Amino acid sequence: MTHPSVEQVWDWLGEVPDPEIPVITLTDLGIIRDVAWQDDTLVVTVTPTYSGCPATSLINFEIDRALREKGVENIELKRQLSPAWTTDWLTEEGRAKLEEYGIAPPQPAGGPERCPRCGGTDLEKLSQFGSTPCKAQWRCRECLEPFDYFKCI
Amino acid sequence: MADTDKQALLQFLLRMGDNTLILGHRVSEWCGHAPVLEEDIALANTALDLIGQTQMWLDYAAEVQGEGKSADDLAFLRDAWDFRNVLLVELPNGDFGQTLMRQFLFDAWASIMLGRLQSSRDERVREIAEKASKEVAYHVERSADTVVGLGDGTEESHARMQAALDYLYPYVGELFESDAVDAAMAEAGIAPDPANLRAEYDALVGRVLADATLQVPEGAFVHRGGRDGAMHTEHLGHLLCTMQWLQRAYPGCQW
Ligand SMILES: [Zn+2]
Repeated sequence: MTHPSVEQVWDWLGEVPDPEIPVITLTDLGIIRDVAWQDDTLVVTVTPTYSGCPATSLINFEIDRALREKGVENIELKRQLSPAWTTDWLTEEGRAKLEEYGIAPPQPAGGPERCPRCGGTDLEKLSQFGSTPCKAQWRCRECLEPFDYFKCI
Repeated sequence: MADTDKQALLQFLLRMGDNTLILGHRVSEWCGHAPVLEEDIALANTALDLIGQTQMWLDYAAEVQGEGKSADDLAFLRDAWDFRNVLLVELPNGDFGQTLMRQFLFDAWASIMLGRLQSSRDERVREIAEKASKEVAYHVERSADTVVGLGDGTEESHARMQAALDYLYPYVGELFESDAVDAAMAEAGIAPDPANLRAEYDALVGRVLADATLQVPEGAFVHRGGRDGAMHTEHLGHLLCTMQWLQRAYPGCQW
């Protein structure tokens, strides 16, 4: 029996949405670290975003389901802690999708570059934490709207 | 690994995991009760990070123990005397200021400890520390900011923060105690001798408390007995009654 290629599997995983921010995919998020065949078993290596992120088990479930739907039968999900996930692994496409969705993408400076709604740059931090572990809450002083900022870690 | 080394490693991992477990549970008690929505969310997220770190520490502890137990078994099926957390983290929340003061006193230690553990000779400890320290960097920034904001705030908030510090400070010393377990960990290059973290801790905490216009209490008295399980406070048993209720009422229940 021939296996689907590793490239094919990456493409499939690139269609699986993140359960908490469905506009980006698991590959956009950069949490899929490796895909490899070991004999007849497809080994997918995943790194958690935050150690206590409740989406982690759901993400594993979604990966498993997506690959089974494509006919892969033996799947092993490996958790990799190191190197620890960093927002540097978000793809450019993922960052653009986040901003379009209304979430300011992470910046090395530690705060959003501009308001994802109006592009304003007069911004203030409301809280270092937001509706999910990966986000902080900011507000734009130009359009006065609060918005989520994807924290840089 | 020799059996004594294995036992020491297990104790070390339980100390790390029980600290984050018990503090995570305490902080989660605020969920739905914080003074403003942003703080409620921040506390819940902090608790979540701590529980996530617990999972990593206790997963490893259960593996080292080698009795086929899981992290959940360790969290939910042990009784008070088997817990190895410092007394500081099991103390009741008190008011919001006291909760954040306790958080700061713990976060400051955790940020320094996890920094050191990133050069542990044990690969798994190193990996967990690398992951957890990214989260703790956020925690300490927030708890320090809040301590300064409330300490250097109104007359009322300042008085409450000073009272919180006076109450909690005698529990800080336990974080830096050393025993045979610590000596074995230091000898094996797995973890630093906690006593060696004290100078860095005092510098960090001293700086923040000075900004907060708060006085570090005098006196060297230290409440101890948590990290070696010799004597926990009465509060731990009450906490476990809530945290372990489901497993006590329905042993072995899974969902
Ligand atoms: Zn705006």
